[in-house]
Amino acid sequence: MKRFRRHGQESQRERIKQELYGFNKTVEHGFPHQPSALGFSPSLQLLAIGTRSGAIKLYGGPGVEFMGLHDENAAVTQVHFLPHQVELVTLLDDNSLHMWTLRAHHGVSELLEIGRFTLTGPPGAPPSVTCVTAVLAHSSGDLLLLGTEGGHVFVVKVPGFRELEERNISLEKVTNSVPEEYGGRRILEHVESLQENPVNQRQVLIGYGRGLMVIWDLDSQSAIKHIPATQQLESVWWTEDGGHVLSSHSDGSYCRWKVAGDDPQSEQEKSEVPYGHFPCKAISKIIQLPTEQGPPFLFLSGGMPRASYGDRHCISVIHSKTHVALDFTSRIIDFFVIRDGPGHTGEPSALVVLVEEELVVIDLQTEGWPVIQTPYLVPLHCSAITCSHHVSAIPLKLWERVLSAGALQNTHYSKKPWPMTGGQNLAPDPPQRDLLLTGHEDGTVRFWDASGVCLYPMYKLSTAGVFLTDSDPNDNLNQGTEGEWPPFRKVGCFDPYSDDPRLGIQKIHLCKYSGYLTVAGTAGQILVLELNDEAAEQTVEATVADLLQGQEGFRWKGHTRLEVREEPVTFPPGFQPFALVQCQPPAVVTALTLHSEWKLVTFGTSHGFGLYDYQQKNNVLVRCTLNPSDQLAMEGPLSRVKSIKKSLRQSFRRIRRSRVSLRKHHVNNAAKLQQANARLEAELAEMELAPVQRKIEPRSPDDSFTGLVRTLYFADTFLSDSSHNTPSLWAGTNGGSVFAYQLRLPPVECRGEDPVTAHPAKEIQLMHRAPVVGILVLDGHGSPLPEPLEVAHDLARSPDMQGSHSLLVISEEQFKVFTLPKVSAKMKLKLTAIDGSRVRRVGVAWFGSNRTDDYGESGLTVLTNQGDLHVVSLPGVKLQVQYPCIRREDVSGIASCVFTKHGQGFYLISPSEFERFSLSARCVVEPRSLVEVPSQTPSATLPRALPDGASVERRYTHCFYKSSARRVMEHALLNDESEYLRNNQTTLTELNLNQLQHLCE
Amino acid sequence: TRPAQHKSGLLYSPECNRVSYKFSPVKSLFWSGEKGFHLLFLLSCVSEEVDYSSYGTHSLTRKKKAVVALRNDVNRKRPHIRIGMPQDFRPVSSIIDVDILPESHRRVRLYRHGSDKPLGFYIRDGTSVRVTPHGLEKVPGIFISRMVPGGLAESTGLLAVNDEVLEVNGIEVTGKTLDQVTDMMIANSHNLIVTVKPVNQRNNVVRASRISGSSGQSSDSSGSTGYPSLSTTAMATGADELESDEESDIVIESTPPPAPVEHPSPPTRPLSPSLNGLSHHGTLRESNDSLHKILSTMRTDPRHSLALPRGGVEEDGTVITL
Repeated sequence: MKRFRRHGQESQRERIKQELYGFNKTVEHGFPHQPSALGFSPSLQLLAIGTRSGAIKLYGGPGVEFMGLHDENAAVTQVHFLPHQVELVTLLDDNSLHMWTLRAHHGVSELLEIGRFTLTGPPGAPPSVTCVTAVLAHSSGDLLLLGTEGGHVFVVKVPGFRELEERNISLEKVTNSVPEEYGGRRILEHVESLQENPVNQRQVLIGYGRGLMVIWDLDSQSAIKHIPATQQLESVWWTEDGGHVLSSHSDGSYCRWKVAGDDPQSEQEKSEVPYGHFPCKAISKIIQLPTEQGPPFLFLSGGMPRASYGDRHCISVIHSKTHVALDFTSRIIDFFVIRDGPGHTGEPSALVVLVEEELVVIDLQTEGWPVIQTPYLVPLHCSAITCSHHVSAIPLKLWERVLSAGALQNTHYSKKPWPMTGGQNLAPDPPQRDLLLTGHEDGTVRFWDASGVCLYPMYKLSTAGVFLTDSDPNDNLNQGTEGEWPPFRKVGCFDPYSDDPRLGIQKIHLCKYSGYLTVAGTAGQILVLELNDEAAEQTVEATVADLLQGQEGFRWKGHTRLEVREEPVTFPPGFQPFALVQCQPPAVVTALTLHSEWKLVTFGTSHGFGLYDYQQKNNVLVRCTLNPSDQLAMEGPLSRVKSIKKSLRQSFRRIRRSRVSLRKHHVNNAAKLQQANARLEAELAEMELAPVQRKIEPRSPDDSFTGLVRTLYFADTFLSDSSHNTPSLWAGTNGGSVFAYQLRLPPVECRGEDPVTAHPAKEIQLMHRAPVVGILVLDGHGSPLPEPLEVAHDLARSPDMQGSHSLLVISEEQFKVFTLPKVSAKMKLKLTAIDGSRVRRVGVAWFGSNRTDDYGESGLTVLTNQGDLHVVSLPGVKLQVQYPCIRREDVSGIASCVFTKHGQGFYLISPSEFERFSLSARCVVEPRSLVEVPSQTPSATLPRALPDGASVERRYTHCFYKSSARRVMEHALLNDESEYLRNNQTTLTELNLNQLQHLCE
Repeated sequence: TRPAQHKSGLLYSPECNRVSYKFSPVKSLFWSGEKGFHLLFLLSCVSEEVDYSSYGTHSLTRKKKAVVALRNDVNRKRPHIRIGMPQDFRPVSSIIDVDILPESHRRVRLYRHGSDKPLGFYIRDGTSVRVTPHGLEKVPGIFISRMVPGGLAESTGLLAVNDEVLEVNGIEVTGKTLDQVTDMMIANSHNLIVTVKPVNQRNNVVRASRISGSSGQSSDSSGSTGYPSLSTTAMATGADELESDEESDIVIESTPPPAPVEHPSPPTRPLSPSLNGLSHHGTLRESNDSLHKILSTMRTDPRHSLALPRGGVEEDGTVITL
């Protein structure tokens, strides 16, 4: 009977678990890692980005997002939407073509791969015959023309990928129909470009690598015209009226050819080298668009003088007398121009440029061509992310103040709305306002609106102004001076170069009720900031915290302390620093916590921890935790490990660079790639040859970095006797020690004068000596204590102070509950002993039931070094659910994870992308969008000029998220150095790793 | 007193610094000995090194002979052996669960507490050959790669380089990475029980019941799943001992002084009675529990292991509880 009842309870618990927990990877925020192709559908108003890992991402209006992943782990080299349809074709670098569609499925739709195809040549033909180099999605919507390296053009019927052999345009057919001096003796090389005549869809232009272009009539199957260019061809553009063809060449020139008329040979009207005189680089793409009155817009990518500006990544925009060379900070992948008007055939309105590290959109209709701020694809990594911090449920007041501070920073952006409008965002309004704060290597903290599907930039805080650095603050206003040639203009915000790595932000803590913020950095600096709506000029007072406390025999070998500006500094409206603590030695800050009610900040490094009173601006407590025999902790930022990683990274970069630098359609492309691959494999094999063995030895107090402070915690609890609760400070170290201090705060009326004191109350040495990663006090009901000020703002139930409190110490190996005030073990969960995984990240979250609104539980969200997520119940510390989330080799992904207070989380899947996941069954933020699909009745006669979709019937399709693809996505990413790092990480904290990584970048 | 914890074992005598081997299926010959067949083999303080690798190597008859001879040998020797009280011995390692494991496997328990010796071994990835219904199959496995000379693992003689690790404290390692197995071993390092498939299958313990049936070279057909994992008794014992081990987190509690104090001063609040209670309880337990006594004697002074950079804590009237 008893057993029966227990069984009932278990199944009841299982049901509750299902109502509380559910795992989903919901959306990727940020910019895709290593984009490799760009596509745009004017009719759908969707842009598509393909990546080197085989992902394909579609974006429309804000919130409209789709993602797919090719099964092949191959780079996407081209993306083409089929005109006026919901299909798109991707070409991968394994020469396979893939057909994707946005398919409707009762009310919802998803991005689906519906077909794949690889050209097969005649038996015995060399592979170059079928290696696709150019794709034309014909405006009829059912033809695909594929130009190949061998110079042939294959015609394929889509969407089914049926080869129309009789319509293929072989090299022989072409050479036979052009005069012998062009076709016969010369090798035409590969098909570089395929263009359709904008006014006659039966004519296509075939541009060959060697320069010759041929206009082919699809009906008569013959060449009707040839254009005798002699320079290596880079790109071709057929003007709107069909009368001219523009060709751009590898020598930095472009030519205009008249193609109207009956003369079988076109005349060159104009040939120009825009940045001429000296040898120039190739113009890789050329676009010319007419305006209603006045001269056309001309867009040229590249073409810079090789010797002086060969390393710039430029797109030149020429309109009338205005000529600007937009200068990007990373390599240009591709660009397109959005046009006004119902059929998207009007004035050019925006230039959309995909560069390797960001998407830049230029407003072409506003004076000065300002940049339009992107609502998605934000370059999170414009300076490398060094840490992140999430704050849930921001009070409206603080939200608005942060927004208005941010608005003042964004005045240089265009006022125009985002030009991409495809689809409609149907996701419900987010239930609450959430902030994600990212710390960066350049000393900035960026505030992101993380409430919904779009991670939107709100505000940027820079801490560099407090310190004296080598950089000149006016340095970054490097606008081109008057009369400079070429007329450069810097655009984009990706700036991977940090002036001073010591500025890097390592820990952030924001109190959402008081608006107090504390940030800590690489050189042991801790800033306390408050939100001010007015600009203010003030001096920041620095207090030094000597963490060695007279311990002898140590000499810090790392970087020096940052120098503080002594003169008053003007801070713009927003968060303004008013107090500064500098740790000595200036080691990276490894733990940081703020208590806004007590006005205290506590911080820790590898040497000890301190407690700072930011009202009185003095140190209350400094405690050294350094093991006297631990010399490694004095080495500074882990110089040795860094150098290994650095050299590794460099060698990877070298390989990547050599891969990148391979010209797109170079003849021996394949050979070089193979060579590069072989080299990569050789290097990897070398790494594997190193004998991998692991020492089996219990942790020792003499291990390195045992004194590193991993976690700091404030609690109002029963520290020394069970009848009086007092404020307390808890610190946990890498060596499994916990230190507890009893704090005495003077009464409010003399808080400004009487000192705050701290007295050692307890020390716990965990026998297993694993690093302590979390400390938490549970109240009489077993619930975690509320945050400071939470109760004062009526946002949390006041903690139960009647029942006895308990202390939860979370080490990398165990969750252990102790009684308070007398510390004795009550319960534990031994994670590592059971499954060999260790706790990397832990958070406290509230899980609401998705069935009833009134039921919920607190739990611990845990990420292990194996990349698995667990939920651990409170106060019983029982494992509830387990989900695999991150690949275990993805060390930086695991280290970057942050949890929200409502069971969601973020982690970096690349330096530039956050994956958002949810462990909660109730709280899920995921995109739901609706895409307008144009009616599939493209005109056969006026393809480009048709005001598509404007007057015809429209169908509405719901969009649905393809999460399975997303799940596979990460497999393709971040598979380089992390594996190697795993071997070195055992004694390091994720923080060190994180820091390391960014130091190396 | 009967130390029930030591069901079987290899004993280490501190005085003579010699290792004694005792192969026993379940119970200890010294302290219980109800079980019928035992194989006892002792190295006394003065005896020569015995080439135990010669046992059970060749033929079945030979084995039987060896067993008989051994027993006789032991019987003959017994008067000369001085066996002290259990508390004079300290367990170092033991072979356990011999009766439930396949003969080709060996479950070794390493007692590290109190020993100055390092565990002293390394593990590596490797390939193991398993017999499956489809024939021989290569599967990834974890192997002992190196023994530290003078380490605990080496001194027991029960583990050797290239032994395949099958389980750690009753949990199979199949499907786990080298790092996971490393972490599991370290997490269990205070009471590590590893089940290995020794590379040298000649030293296997041969049980009476199977002597006629199986050869020492038999290899298991389905990895390590063909038999129950840690026997319930061993599990329970292990868990218990683990418990007592885990309790031994060191807690230093100091009463808060009225003001910042550098020297002892009368506490403002009465010392928490529960603290006294605990230390009382501690001694009580010690007197009751011989194991606990052993443990506590071995655990010397906990303050040595706790890094106290500034020795001010005791001065503040610290109470140390175990």
